[in-house]
Amino acid sequence: MAEPLLKVEGLSKSFGGLEAVKDVSFEVPRGSIKALIGPNGAGKTTLFNLISGNIRPDRGTVLFDGKEIQKLKTHRIASCGIARTFQHIQLFAGMTVLENVMVGLHTHLHAGFFSAMMRLPSSRKEEKKAKEEAMSILESLDIAELAYKEATSLAYGQQRIVELARALAQRPKLLLLDEPAAGLNIRETAEMGRLIERIRESGITVFIVEHDMSLVMKISDEIMVLSYGEKIAEGRPLEIQKDPEVIKVYLGEEEV
Amino acid sequence: MRNIYLKILALTITVVGIDLVTNAMDKTYYLTQLTMSLYYAMVVLALVLLMGYAGQISLGHAGFFAIGGYTTAVMSTINLLPYKDKPLINTLDKLRLLVLREDLYGDQILSFNPWVGVLLSLLIVAIVAYIIGIPVLKLKGHYLAMATLGFGIIVYRIVLGTALFGEADGISDVPAFKILPGLSINGEMDTKRMNYYIAAFFVVVLVYLLLNLINSRPGRALRAIHGAEEAAEASGIDTAKYKLKAFVISAVITALAGALLTHFNGGIGPSEASVMKSVRYVAIVAAGGMTSVWGGLSMAMILNFLSLRGYFGSYDDAVFGAVLILIMLFAPEGLLSLKIRTGIKKKTKQPHNI
Ligand SMILES: Nc1ncnc2c1ncn2[C@@H]1O[C@H](COP(=O)(O)OP(=O)(O)OP(=O)(O)O)[C@@H](O)[C@H]1O
Ligand SMILES: [Mg+2]
Repeated sequence: MAEPLLKVEGLSKSFGGLEAVKDVSFEVPRGSIKALIGPNGAGKTTLFNLISGNIRPDRGTVLFDGKEIQKLKTHRIASCGIARTFQHIQLFAGMTVLENVMVGLHTHLHAGFFSAMMRLPSSRKEEKKAKEEAMSILESLDIAELAYKEATSLAYGQQRIVELARALAQRPKLLLLDEPAAGLNIRETAEMGRLIERIRESGITVFIVEHDMSLVMKISDEIMVLSYGEKIAEGRPLEIQKDPEVIKVYLGEEEV
Repeated sequence: MRNIYLKILALTITVVGIDLVTNAMDKTYYLTQLTMSLYYAMVVLALVLLMGYAGQISLGHAGFFAIGGYTTAVMSTINLLPYKDKPLINTLDKLRLLVLREDLYGDQILSFNPWVGVLLSLLIVAIVAYIIGIPVLKLKGHYLAMATLGFGIIVYRIVLGTALFGEADGISDVPAFKILPGLSINGEMDTKRMNYYIAAFFVVVLVYLLLNLINSRPGRALRAIHGAEEAAEASGIDTAKYKLKAFVISAVITALAGALLTHFNGGIGPSEASVMKSVRYVAIVAAGGMTSVWGGLSMAMILNFLSLRGYFGSYDDAVFGAVLILIMLFAPEGLLSLKIRTGIKKKTKQPHNI
């Protein structure tokens, strides 16, 4: 067995008295799509934030590609090969779609203040290549015609795709998607599902938080369930569907 | 992006046009205030970089301006003649870092070559901005505004209370800054036009550098921090480093403006360090639309020129305070963008299905 791309051990995080993530351990195998589900407030986004470095864990380790990353700065974690999207879309206001995606290329470019301000040939060449690469990402996601629109002025569904494009521009090994189908209609959700499968086929491992169960059941290889910060189940989609603990959590939620 | 050169050409033509018009109208005395406005415009452009691009406010830029101006003023007016035989002074003299000249009263005075003072002022401000930038830039919004304001107040108080800086009188008799043979920054009547063009040269170069920066890796990084800091960091941008770099570069540009204007004016006083000056710069950047190099530049030229010509009378500071309040209330995107923006919106109205 190859070593997993992501291996999380004993991860914990409290906000004041609230234990948002409690001693959670799991693995994300290379090349898989793994889903993280759980009721509202279960700690899913917090877990993502702990992996991407937006929040620091109280305890536990995060091994990415065999390397401990939980103490690294957020931008360092990103350059290790982890890209993410946000539950509440975070596009760069005042920038075009193309520019948003070019920001995703940041770690693969080199121009500094001096060469950029002096317009040195090296930075111009790099800029041209970056534009082409960003454009080809937009084309592959079928949104090339939006390239020069202001990103935050787009429709919600389009903004989600732009965020995805920006994350892909990072050429990540692992992609964290926090509710990519939230706010999308049925057609858009199906498209998003196909897109995620295509991303996995291109060799990127996907870890996804999603409330849309039919989407989760359809695309994921493995599912992990979080409730009140604790992992209560983990397994293949069919196993999870039958898991009494999971049924209890979800039915319990519906009763409320 | 060839049209960057067109923009610079248009700016250059405007610069020459203004000179020709003032000449034709026989109002060459305007050139003095225009030259001063150009140096103040450098500060505004430096703030466009920091506030408009990177989204980090500073209410301490008058402090950097004053450090720049006072450093070169002290260095070029301090009299080292009594210590001429000391080995250190002797060495400095041999290195051609000192110049002997006559002061206003015809006395001999040995002080540093203005080149030394100007370069030292940039170095000092770079160091100061770096040291205060590290802790201060961790703050956001109001807290950052207040911390930089505090820095500005400290500089003002130091300037006002230190004999070396002339206390309330400031420093006068600052000599000309001879940049190259035949090219000198000073306030004399017969070099008015040359000085206008020297100041304009610095502004045009600065505009060129800033326009280049917008569409580049570091420029996008700054704008991304402005747009969504958490996402910028998650995209691999070292946001702390970029903010600090923008802060230091902005401060150094401001110090350069302060140093050059001090040589042009032949002196500097504590009002340059006052908090109201910092508020004024921020008000102009806001009036120009925050993110706009052109808006900032034109507002800086118009408002400073009017102010320096005395049109605002004793309400000078009040005018800039009022500008800031009115902009924040009615046109947060700036005076210039007001009309343009509404125009664009009509044309490219987007369907929102949120
Ligand atoms: N920065 C924070 N400070 C304090 N409490 C927080 C913070 N972030 C999250 N929490 C709390 O931690 C718990 C887990 O939140 P989290 O956002 O991780 O849940 P989630 O599983 O993503 O929920 P949802 O499905 O609604 O997105 C919640 O009770 C939330 O209120
Ligand atoms: Mg969440």
